[in-house]
Amino acid sequence: MTESVVVDHVSKQFTLQNARTLKQRLVRRVEGQETNPKFVALDDVSFTVEQGEAIGLMGLNGSGKSTLLKLISGVLRPDSGSVLTRGRIAGLIEVTAGFHPQLSGRENIFLNAAILGMGETEVQGKFDEIVEFAGIGRLLDTPVGRYSSGMFARLGFSVAAAVDSDIFIIDEVLAVGDPPFKKKCIKRIKQVRDEGRTIVFVSHNTTQVKRLCTRAVVLEEGRLGFDGSVADAVHHLRYDDDTDEDGDGGEI
Amino acid sequence: MTAVADPVGDRDLGPLQPPGDTTGLFGVARRRYLLKLLVQKELKVRYQASLLGLAWSYLKPLVRFSMYFFVLGLVLDLRGEIPMFALHIFAAMIMVQFFTDTLNAGTKSVIKNKSLVRKMNVPREMFPVASLLVTTYHTGPQYLILIIACLFLGWSPDPDAFAAAVLGIAIMLTISLAVALAFSALNVSFRDFGNFVETIGMLVLWSAPMLYPWEFVAELLGPVGEQIYLANPVAMAVLLNQRAFWVPTVDPDDVTYMPDHLLVHGVVMLVVCVGLVAVAQWIFSRHERAFAEKL
Repeated sequence: MTESVVVDHVSKQFTLQNARTLKQRLVRRVEGQETNPKFVALDDVSFTVEQGEAIGLMGLNGSGKSTLLKLISGVLRPDSGSVLTRGRIAGLIEVTAGFHPQLSGRENIFLNAAILGMGETEVQGKFDEIVEFAGIGRLLDTPVGRYSSGMFARLGFSVAAAVDSDIFIIDEVLAVGDPPFKKKCIKRIKQVRDEGRTIVFVSHNTTQVKRLCTRAVVLEEGRLGFDGSVADAVHHLRYDDDTDEDGDGGEI
Repeated sequence: MTAVADPVGDRDLGPLQPPGDTTGLFGVARRRYLLKLLVQKELKVRYQASLLGLAWSYLKPLVRFSMYFFVLGLVLDLRGEIPMFALHIFAAMIMVQFFTDTLNAGTKSVIKNKSLVRKMNVPREMFPVASLLVTTYHTGPQYLILIIACLFLGWSPDPDAFAAAVLGIAIMLTISLAVALAFSALNVSFRDFGNFVETIGMLVLWSAPMLYPWEFVAELLGPVGEQIYLANPVAMAVLLNQRAFWVPTVDPDDVTYMPDHLLVHGVVMLVVCVGLVAVAQWIFSRHERAFAEKL
């Protein structure tokens, strides 16, 4: 087995910047307060993902999931420790981040695909597939700013899913979109998984994690709380205690 | 589950390495397709839903040029002092405008693309470089107008004029790149950087021999002050552009003053500017690590 993602003793702090101007900084220093209060988002987290493995990243809000994903996708750099990856990463930190509302769907597909690392011929080859998957044919030449949020997300997922990535990062994308589209996404993610690509999947939805992942990593206030089977992770998080009020397996 | 081809297994994925592109400007050069799309996006977004669209990029310089010509040429009567005064201004204005446009757009470029910077992994140097290219796109036609005007007025360039033109453009591109790169990064850390940039824009306007001739500067500042004045890359680029277009168009009987050894000065300045790009890249890389959290 080859390692695909190696997270080694990674810590990340954020500065809570409430003293910014020179005067404010000086005042704080004179008063003996800390000039830049810090917030620890990740604290000495280590784990390894093998090539082709699909892991679920779980944890409550604010536990550091998004920070960790940003470190893996290379948007953030760790303060200490190291993150190493192998191959091409398609990060879906937020599906629609690369989209410009004033550009049309067509233009955004090309732009977003290029941002995700595709070349010109590659996008052209996959263009029809992307449009078909998103199901936005009619709106292709409309500025995406006029799209509904669901449409927007569909387009974002479709582009990211078309990238031949070795590591596929999915952050809560399935929270938007209607049930038929979600089903389509899950099918696509399964396909990606069965192609032997590495998947890092963030979700609160235990059913989805169980269906897609063979292993789960749980973060608790920035620390690695659990690393093991999905069923045990769900138990560890006590997500299985909750009465599932809406009866869809914890789906939000 | 249907059996699918295994695209990963057949492929060498290379070594484990830190994610994220840290190759700076080289990374930008490698991803020219993305750069092209970002420039197109910028052009399209800037003129969308505007009344006059791209015409603004001609209209604004035209109004500016007319004001300079009217106030300085006619009201203050510099037209009598400087032969081909209009050309003197125009050859300089293209350079000054290029610099201030890149300065303004470049400084804001990273912040303007913050959703991309915060969430997507792209070489962040893309954004200031794209601003530079957008300005270049707008400046191209102005150069064409300059050349046509010169030909019309009797431009007879010597080899030095061509050398000066190339040097002037090269200096302007490198210094603008350096400034856009460094300032776009500093603007993320210090949000009041915009005020500083405004001040620089004003200084640049008056510290290049555009609205007054070089001759006045040389008389006023003396040999030492002259060298300090010439240490300004924008002033150097302006002088080179005037050497290329204004000097060869003026009637040989009229005297046109230029600094001594202008081309040598220009070559030295170009080397310095290339060095400044390296410094700017260093500044950018240092600040870039924290972009995603500061935005």
